[in-house]
Amino acid sequence: MALTTKAWTKWALTRSLWVYHVNAGACNNCDIEVLDLLTPRYDIERFGMLLVGSPRHADVLAVTGVCTRQTAPRVQEVYLQTPRPRVVLAIGSCACGQGIFTEAYHMARPVDETLRAVDPDATILYVPGCPPKPEAMIAAVVKAIEYLKSA
Amino acid sequence: MTVAETETRVPLEGFVGEVLKELGDAVIEVECCGARRGWARIDPERTVEVAETMLAMAGARLATATALDVRDGIDVLYHWAIEPQGVVVTLKVLAERPALAVDSIAGAVPAANWIEREMHDLLGANFRGHPDMRRLILDDSWPEGVYPLRKDFDQVRDRPPLPPDQTPPDVGRRERNAR
Amino acid sequence: MSRRTVVNIGPFHPLQEEAEFFQLYVDGETVVDVDVRISFNHRGIEKLDESKTFDQVPFVVERVCGICSASHPLAYIQAVEEIAHVEVPERALYLRTIVNELERIHSHLLWVGLAGHFLGYNTVFMWVWKYREPVMDILEIATGSRVNYANCKVGGVRRDMTREQLDRIAQVSDELLGPLDMLTRAVLDDPILHARLKKVGVLTPQAAKAYGATGPTARGSGVPIDVRRDDPYAAYDRLAWEVITAPDGDVFSKTVVRLRECFEAVRIIKQCVRDIPGGAIDAHVAAIPPGEGVGHVEAPRGETFHYVRSDGSNRPVRHKVRAPSFNNIPTFKASCIGQQIPDVAITLASVDPCYSCTERMCRVVDAESLRPRYTWSDLVRLSQQKTAELRKKW
Repeated sequence: MALTTKAWTKWALTRSLWVYHVNAGACNNCDIEVLDLLTPRYDIERFGMLLVGSPRHADVLAVTGVCTRQTAPRVQEVYLQTPRPRVVLAIGSCACGQGIFTEAYHMARPVDETLRAVDPDATILYVPGCPPKPEAMIAAVVKAIEYLKSA
Repeated sequence: MTVAETETRVPLEGFVGEVLKELGDAVIEVECCGARRGWARIDPERTVEVAETMLAMAGARLATATALDVRDGIDVLYHWAIEPQGVVVTLKVLAERPALAVDSIAGAVPAANWIEREMHDLLGANFRGHPDMRRLILDDSWPEGVYPLRKDFDQVRDRPPLPPDQTPPDVGRRERNAR
Repeated sequence: MSRRTVVNIGPFHPLQEEAEFFQLYVDGETVVDVDVRISFNHRGIEKLDESKTFDQVPFVVERVCGICSASHPLAYIQAVEEIAHVEVPERALYLRTIVNELERIHSHLLWVGLAGHFLGYNTVFMWVWKYREPVMDILEIATGSRVNYANCKVGGVRRDMTREQLDRIAQVSDELLGPLDMLTRAVLDDPILHARLKKVGVLTPQAAKAYGATGPTARGSGVPIDVRRDDPYAAYDRLAWEVITAPDGDVFSKTVVRLRECFEAVRIIKQCVRDIPGGAIDAHVAAIPPGEGVGHVEAPRGETFHYVRSDGSNRPVRHKVRAPSFNNIPTFKASCIGQQIPDVAITLASVDPCYSCTERMCRVVDAESLRPRYTWSDLVRLSQQKTAELRKKW
């Protein structure tokens, strides 16, 4: 029985999500916790996940930070470079809704609005917390897999 | 100035006093001379000379500088840390309206290079003779002449509009052209 | 005729309010100039603080930099306490010291791990981060969060620690000594690390002074400055510890300084747990009078400097934040020039510019065609290859 390309892609994709980490003006907390996922205590690579060095290799964008004026166009560009199907994880209170920085003058719009401006159908998963614990991030990735399976 | 003259002069005591004495008559007003902290106002004409004297002192380094929006202009505060005495001496220079300019000390003290650029970005203080006054802190889309740390700038109401969407950054555009 | 090539590194790379974008001008393999563009992370915290009350500001400044989330609030609070002449209870001073030193251990271990990764020693990265986890655990037990401690407030600390918690902190710090010893010996004995790190990225003491370098960056150049000793705060003047320096100014010296500081931190923590007095953990602060004050704290990366001005209302009129990396990053102009491209990754990393995102966008662009030639991963790969080749030779 021959698998269709689509089914084949889905089978391969959900077994090895590759993640590109974008810092859109975060304070480092979420970033060190994302890095923590790689290390022996959490070891996310046992699920086939890998942090990669280029968005062109990635299936998932892990976005942290508030989305400042400077980073907003760059986040859009990184998103457009990511091949479909793509999922965005908005990690931390800042990425979810700018957190305590909402009123600051150097903000662009929050991460989700920034991305929806270039792709109205963007799939965004929110991981709240300041910073979210690594366990919460693993749970979010599991949800991303479930979503990709059902899509 | 006259107010300062009528007030009792702050006695120059201890190590901070010695540091301020070394600056001589470049100091026009001593506001505070404590055990570990000194606050003084210096002659705007002699900013560079004072910076050179300070840097030449043993153990002194420029910790940072702060700019403040005050009534008469912009107050520039150079914070000098002196180790191992653990002293912080703050030297104030007023950049008066309308020019809002003082002499840059970046030529004499490399550590002042970035912080003067930052003060120019955020408060619009001008530094005469700065070697490299490009924008450092604010985004390139931020309009010229809008200074967010001025007191008349409201961070919510006066936020400049964002540039239009779907403008890929330069790098991306170049990359596509090259392909 | 030599042709200059521009190497772009960045911009995704956060520290205080900014990320940086490095441009290296290279001639062949050799760096001839460096230019830095920061501000990608500029969030406008200084203005935001003017709209917060004195007691709300610590929660904002904690988020200036997630790794220095104990040092920034403490520097701010010391500036406010200087304005209000607050007498902080002894117990609070000891509690502040404990949290700050735990932060130093976790930050230095984080750096050692990432430096190992850049050099092609991924085992070091994995091991060090494994040993770092117990430190995060005790921080979570003692303060409620792994990284944002919300520990200090004007007048004291917000949360007390029980005797059990303190004993657990002492026990975990003690257990760190073994792995720390192993790591230090590994660095000091490994001929390949000597070949990779010695005489690389040298910062002279004169340059360190001129650029106002602080922390391990200055101490690695033999400049013995440390705010904890020079302008004592918290309980540091009541404890026995040493300022660690190394003479050569290269990456090796900075590594040695950081590793040996971890031992000192363990020593400080154990004394704190032993000597901590009982009593109140905060003093009553009625109002902040008009005035101005400065506070500085020795963060893991160097001196964190805060200036606060009050007009007698419940909010600061001006709050200036200067993170250590703001002074340390311009030293690249002195330390990177003349380096080979494979050594740049570790030289940039050696000042520990809060580079928590290892996958900063970075590319080497050919100056004439503007075509990307290397990415940041390529630079790390080049660095790792160099180590591998050295390893073959030995």
